Formats: sequence, structure tokens, C-alpha cells
Amino acid sequence: MGRILLITVTVIFLLFLLIMPIAFIMIEAVGSGLQPYAQAIGNQATLHAILLTILVTAVTIVINIIIGLSGAWLISKFSFRGKAFLTTLIELPFSISPVVVGFLFILLFGYNGWFGKLLDNYGIQIAFAVPGIILVTVFVTFPFIIRELIPLMQEQGKDEEETALSLGARGWSIFWHITLPNIKWGLLYGVVLCLARAMGEFGAVSIISGNIQGETDTLTLHIKNLYDGYYYNEAFAVSSLLLIVALATLLIKSFLEWSFKPKTKYKTKTTLKKT
Amino acid sequence: MARLIQNRQRHILPGFGLNMGVMLFFVGLLIVLPLAALFMHTTNISWSKFVDIAQDERVQSALKLSFSSAIIAALINLFAGIMVAWVLVRYDFIGRRLFDSLIDFPFALPTAVAGMTLASLYDHNGWLGGLLKSVGVQVVQTQAGIVLALVFIGFPFVVRSVQPVLADMNQEIEQAAKSLGANGRQFFWRIVLPTILPAAFTGFSLALARGIGEYGSVIFIAGNIPYVSEIAPLLIAIRVDEESGYESAAVIAILMMIIAFILLLLGNVLQRWTRFYQK
Repeated sequence: MGRILLITVTVIFLLFLLIMPIAFIMIEAVGSGLQPYAQAIGNQATLHAILLTILVTAVTIVINIIIGLSGAWLISKFSFRGKAFLTTLIELPFSISPVVVGFLFILLFGYNGWFGKLLDNYGIQIAFAVPGIILVTVFVTFPFIIRELIPLMQEQGKDEEETALSLGARGWSIFWHITLPNIKWGLLYGVVLCLARAMGEFGAVSIISGNIQGETDTLTLHIKNLYDGYYYNEAFAVSSLLLIVALATLLIKSFLEWSFKPKTKYKTKTTLKKT
Repeated sequence: MARLIQNRQRHILPGFGLNMGVMLFFVGLLIVLPLAALFMHTTNISWSKFVDIAQDERVQSALKLSFSSAIIAALINLFAGIMVAWVLVRYDFIGRRLFDSLIDFPFALPTAVAGMTLASLYDHNGWLGGLLKSVGVQVVQTQAGIVLALVFIGFPFVVRSVQPVLADMNQEIEQAAKSLGANGRQFFWRIVLPTILPAAFTGFSLALARGIGEYGSVIFIAGNIPYVSEIAPLLIAIRVDEESGYESAAVIAILMMIIAFILLLLGNVLQRWTRFYQK
């Protein structure tokens, strides 16, 4: 009795909270027909926004992979002073409002900012331009990959790497042949999380970009502009693209969870046996 | 000498210097430097000016709105999250796997799209807004709308924190409890709840932290009426846009961080306490 009631309440709650928005976006997207839908997506402004978003997301992911691999290696393989402090700093971006993030980078790179004038002399513009968008997006997604990798590398320990080292392997080849194969699924998982957040970042980007139409408007800003201009169906048409990517990331994520989570469990068991 | 050896032992593997350098560069450039800029900017503001801005009625109502909405939403998520996690782990029903994969949907969907969708759904002419209007409830342009958006955005945190703990719970414990005569209710309150409470609080604090600073999903549904439905992050955005408002933006940002820090610290204490209680 209680069981059926609980399941019913949960299903209704999830239907309203999750399924309904998905259905709504898809229906509103084609609300004025398929041709307007194709037009909304295929026009110049939208294509520009798509390319900009892809660029920002790709660069963000690459930087975060470098940070993630480097930081996780540092934190899981070495002990040093200030490690706890560094770990805290890494987690910090989660608790800072995206709007504040945008503001922080304006304070640094805006016209009156710390470095704004200096860089302006050399013709480099960061705030209200693409580099600023990339910087805030990296800030906002900073913890995603590294947080996936640290526990994974810690769990795997450093036995294998040290063995390789004792057999004469160099640092890079240890990394390529031993560490990377061990963490590749975790890395991919982190990349998927990072991708979803990077392409959808709105608050920080809307502050730092200045929302210059046709120049610094990413997909989410473009959608906001359409919505504010009462291009209602167009806004949802472009949103449906992001919805599709979002659902695809969920699919990949579920797939990764089902296929690699049991394996890590198996691994812990074998390492336990060894010790 | 002994210390030298110890140090050597610590760094058997190569790459300490390189990776330390990479991390110091990125953490310094991306995290420390921007925060330093904010604090330096704030120290340039005289104390009386700081107090003036902090006591401004619009600032105060925005902060109150942001924090109260985030707390209410995180509490709703605490209960809903425990329920959903429990149902997903314990019961098998049609569509369980689908729902399980979709739990993270609010994380994957861009916040602006979420905000726009919720605003349209709950608008007077929307699917749900019309229904609610007929029973006299208005969501759009009220705090209820803000809470709704924050529930959506923070919903996965508690579920995803509690789920693995529930799944890991030993079946033997349940059998032992049942064999000693515990009924379902006793089993849940005496055994399950104390076990999952620390994880639930972790999820709660994550949802709270996210809710305090959330912007994209809220501004569409909130209507952004000053003194009524204007959240603190939006007020910061407005002040930054004014350019002469940087000081005010900095003060609001600092206040948000301080209050959030105190709240999360309290959450931490609470969490420790539940862990202690568990023993």
C-alpha cells in the first residue's frame, strides 16, 4: 500500500519536474511549423551563435582536461604542504554565483580593471570579447573534470606507476601507458559533465560578454535575446538544439555509469586483496 | 638528512614540479587573482559607504529574497530528494531506469533554457499556469516562482548524494532489524534515516549553495520587480551594467559570499552532528 503510494507520488513529481519541460520545449519549438523551425536554426545569427558556443566549449574542455590531469596527478601522487588548501580552492567555483564570476573578470580585464588598460595598449581585449567568455566558462567548469579524476587516481594508488618507474619508464610514458588507460572512462565522464555546463553557461557569460549581438552572443544569450524580442517560437527552436545536446550527454553519462562503475568496484576488491 | 630522505620518498614519481607549476598558474590566474581583485576593490570603499550600500532597502530585500528562496528550495529538495532516491533504489517499476537517467536533466539543461521553459509553463496562458490560476495561485513574478526554479535546478543534488548510500546499505541489516521485530516504519526512522542523513545534508548544502547564486533559471520566471521578486545576483548584474555601480556590486557580492559561507559552515556543523549522533 505505502509502496504503491510512494511510487505514484514520485512518478507524478518527476513527470511534472522533468518530463513536462522536455515535452514543452519540443512542442513549442515546432509551434509555428517545421519551416519556421528550420529558418530559426539556419539563419545567420543562430549559426554564428552555434559556432561561437562550439568554440568556447571546445577550448574550455581542452583547458579543463589539462588542469584536471595535471591537478589530479599532483594531488593523488604527491603529498605536500597546502594540499588541503589547494583542494578547497579547486572546489570554490561551485559556491560562487555565476554573476559574481562575470563581475570578477570585469574587475580584472574591464576598461578600468587591473589589466584592462595594460592589455588594451597591446591591442588585446579580453572583457566584452571571446577570451573573456572562455575565461569565465573555464572558471565555472573548473571543478568538474578534476573532481572526477582525483578520487579515481587516489583509489588506484601509485603502485603501478612506481613499478613502471623502477623498470626504467620515463614520466610521460608512465602517464600514457599506465595512468591514462586507468582513468580514461572517468576522464570522459568529467568531460561530459563539463561539456553540458560549458555550452549552457549563462550568468557569467552574460556579464563578461557585454552581449554584443552578432559578436559575443553565445547560444544561451542568443536565446535570451530572441525571447526578450518576443520571438517566442524561435527562442524555443534554438533551445531545442541545446535540449538535444543535453539529452545526449545524459545518455552518454548513463552509458558510462552502467559500463564502467562496476569495473571500478571490481578493481578496489583486487587492490584490497593485494595489500 | 633524515628529512631529506623523507622528502625524497615523498616524491618518487616524476612530474611534481611541472604539475605544481601548471596548477599554480591556473589556480592563480583563474581563482586567486579574480578574488583578490574583488577584495582589493572592496577595501577601497570606505566603511560608511559600505554600510550605506549594505543597508539600502533594495539590497536588503534582494538578499533576503535570495537566501530565503534558496533555503526553502533546498529544504523541499531535501525531502523530495530522499523520497525519490528511496523509490529509485528500493522499488522496481516501469520506467525506473528512464527516470534514473533523467534525474540529472536539470544539470544538463542550460539554466537559461530551463528558466524560459518554466516561465512559459507557469505563465497565465501556460499549461500549468492557467490551471493554477483557476485555483487562485500565482507563480510567475512571485517568490513561489523563484523557489520553483531553484527546486528544479537543485533537485539532483540530494538524490545523487543519497542514492549510493542507500544502494550500499547492507541487506543483512534490514533482515536483522526485521527479524528482531522492527516494522517498516521503525526500520526507516531508526536505521535508514540516520544512515543517509549525512549524505542528505551534503546534497542539501550543495543545493543551497547553488540556489543562492543561481541566475539564469530564475530571472525569467521571477519578473524581477524591485523589492518584490528581484534576486541578489540580478541586482549585481544591474549594478555592473550601470558602470558607476561597481562599488555597490562589489558590496553585494561580498555580502552574499559571507552569508553563504556562514550558512555552509552551519551546514557542516549540522552534518558533523548527525555523524556523531549516528555513532
